[in-house]
Amino acid sequence: MTAATTPARSGVKSVEGAPLLELDNVKMHFKTKGEGFLSRGTKWVQAVDGVDLTLKPGETLGLVGESGCGKSTTARLITRLLEPTGGEIRYQGVDIAHMNERRLRPYRREIQLIFQDPYSSLNPRHTVGTIVGTALRTHDMVDKKGELARVQELLELVGLNPEHYNRYPHEFSGGQRQRIGIARALAARPKIIVADEPVSALDVSIQAQVMNLLENLRKELGIAFVFIAHDLGVVRHFCDRVAVMYLGRVVEEGPRDSLYNAPQHPYTQALLSAVPDIAVVRGVPPKNRIRLVGDVPSPVDPPSGCRFRTRCWKAQDICATNDPALEEKAPAQRVACHFAEPPVESIVAEVV
Amino acid sequence: MSDQTSPAAPHTVTRVARTPAANEEPYLEVNDLHVQFPTADGVVKAVQGLSYSVPLRRTLAIVGESGSGKSVSSMAVLGLHDRRVARITGSIKVGGQDVVSMSDKELEKYRGGDASMIFQDPQSSLHPYFTVGDQIMESYRAHHNVSKRKAKERAVDMLGRVGIPNPRRRVDQYPHEFSGGMRQRAMIAMALVNDPKLLIADEPTTALDVTVQAQILDLIADLQRDFGSAVVFITHDLGVVAEIADDILVMYAGTAVEHGPVNKILGEPLHPYSWGLLESIPALTGEPAPLHPIPGSPPSLLAVPSGCPFHPRCEFKDRVPDDLCRTLRPELISRTADLGRTSRCHLKDPDRVFETDVLPRLP
Repeated sequence: MTAATTPARSGVKSVEGAPLLELDNVKMHFKTKGEGFLSRGTKWVQAVDGVDLTLKPGETLGLVGESGCGKSTTARLITRLLEPTGGEIRYQGVDIAHMNERRLRPYRREIQLIFQDPYSSLNPRHTVGTIVGTALRTHDMVDKKGELARVQELLELVGLNPEHYNRYPHEFSGGQRQRIGIARALAARPKIIVADEPVSALDVSIQAQVMNLLENLRKELGIAFVFIAHDLGVVRHFCDRVAVMYLGRVVEEGPRDSLYNAPQHPYTQALLSAVPDIAVVRGVPPKNRIRLVGDVPSPVDPPSGCRFRTRCWKAQDICATNDPALEEKAPAQRVACHFAEPPVESIVAEVV
Repeated sequence: MSDQTSPAAPHTVTRVARTPAANEEPYLEVNDLHVQFPTADGVVKAVQGLSYSVPLRRTLAIVGESGSGKSVSSMAVLGLHDRRVARITGSIKVGGQDVVSMSDKELEKYRGGDASMIFQDPQSSLHPYFTVGDQIMESYRAHHNVSKRKAKERAVDMLGRVGIPNPRRRVDQYPHEFSGGMRQRAMIAMALVNDPKLLIADEPTTALDVTVQAQILDLIADLQRDFGSAVVFITHDLGVVAEIADDILVMYAGTAVEHGPVNKILGEPLHPYSWGLLESIPALTGEPAPLHPIPGSPPSLLAVPSGCPFHPRCEFKDRVPDDLCRTLRPELISRTADLGRTSRCHLKDPDRVFETDVLPRLP
């Protein structure tokens, strides 16, 4: 492998022809103490258990799923805030899964993260100039003289007044703070931005502003996005491809339109049918809802075989014994289900 | 996972169509409500002249962004504000009795009895030290002179009705032993234990996942049918509104800017703020269209803009002559031939503007 690597940007190696980012059977199991006085029987929370994903340059990949499905853990693995307990994370073909901090540093510049909460992700004691400037300095992006000019350039890029570089986060509204977080991520000129619920803490009108900003940045700068959200409308709007996660696994993955129009995994179908759609008042017939029974099982002790089987209406004996692999069932659409098929009735209402 | 119900056959639900508005006697009637909070920085005018009414068996959705006054006004309906801190004027009539002028003793009897509330975050609104059953029993015994045993029976019964499996065992468990969706069900059981005629649900599903949200929305709709109560549903999610509400009240900067039946307000709204909201929500079907967000951000309630509070963000203010939007606050009146709906906007022909300027660019 080392023979094929070619040095690109200082310190970042790449393998010819490799995808920009590739997750190969990535696992993240967290240790928890077992019950009882001697804490015997250490248990493992299988937050992420065998995720395969790829990302091409400039592409936007949406990750959806309910709380506890492992989408945020996946974000933390991609940005290597966590070290996976198994599998490989390859950036341009180079495995960064277990790299030490020193070797990882150039890669950190390439993959940046935008956080959900614009209130807790900015240091209240630092001015905006310091916050964005620190990112510039950390990654040696500009020399000291050029720092302020670049900070102002970045603020302008995200739609903030460049004269406000000496203000503190509390002087900005939620939407503006999220823009500061975006400016900080852009400071390193990343190739990938992992956005973990970047708009879910914002009000509807502000949410649309930030989404338009992200979309413009993507078009202008050609950055690839891993976009994590629980709002299926937001993900549909922003992403080329979408992966649906359930209990630490990807259960379905494919191009946006095929996934939303012809979902094949029962969980994807249930998830999509559960989204309340405003279109009903415009004469669109209401959806046939699939109501899931019960709760998501514990990731400490997930069901055998298919993890969705305890809530699935299609489940047969085979689902308990054989773990379905993520296989291509339609062009570019991969599904992990023994009984994958497009919905019989249109679950997403269509305009008549 | 012992009480996991086995999954049923393809379990699909389609909600029944709602009956059109009838001229029913309102159960909740809010008239010219003002809520103000004096602070060191000035007076926060959280609610300014809000009026609406809800009859029994109907659901009113109050829609608005943070700081629009939707929660503050609903807390006033339940008499939850500390009157040493909040200045409340206007009238709130629930089943004929005025809430604003109630004494503390009367309020105690009223809250949780005729009217009750479901809060957004079941994690912080259930007490971690008491079992779920104890908390439901407390609410029941505050309004009914019954033995603990009877109250416990009632608690078990209520938990069963909100769809908690194994209620006899669950009643003795603590909130942390419940999942998020189940906690919200327990909260609903607690809110409904005294058969309230008025139920206020403040963002009851915002903290929940969509599949759980769908379960809870069904549950609230079912319970409303059984109990025949009036429901005020506070949310910012217009999709939820479209599913559950009969009428909508859109709030902005402490006032109602538009009010009417759900299909009208979401189908052909007449206020530029409502237009902006619709243009900000990505569609679930069709070709993704660019979003047209409302510029700027909501005003501070310490300094609400003069005239129409929405005018600094409104792209249509130039179509109104004489700078009216900046100087004169419009009234909440019917602006078209349809008398069943009202809006607060100076535009002469809002229905035409919607059709020519807004409709083509809706997502």
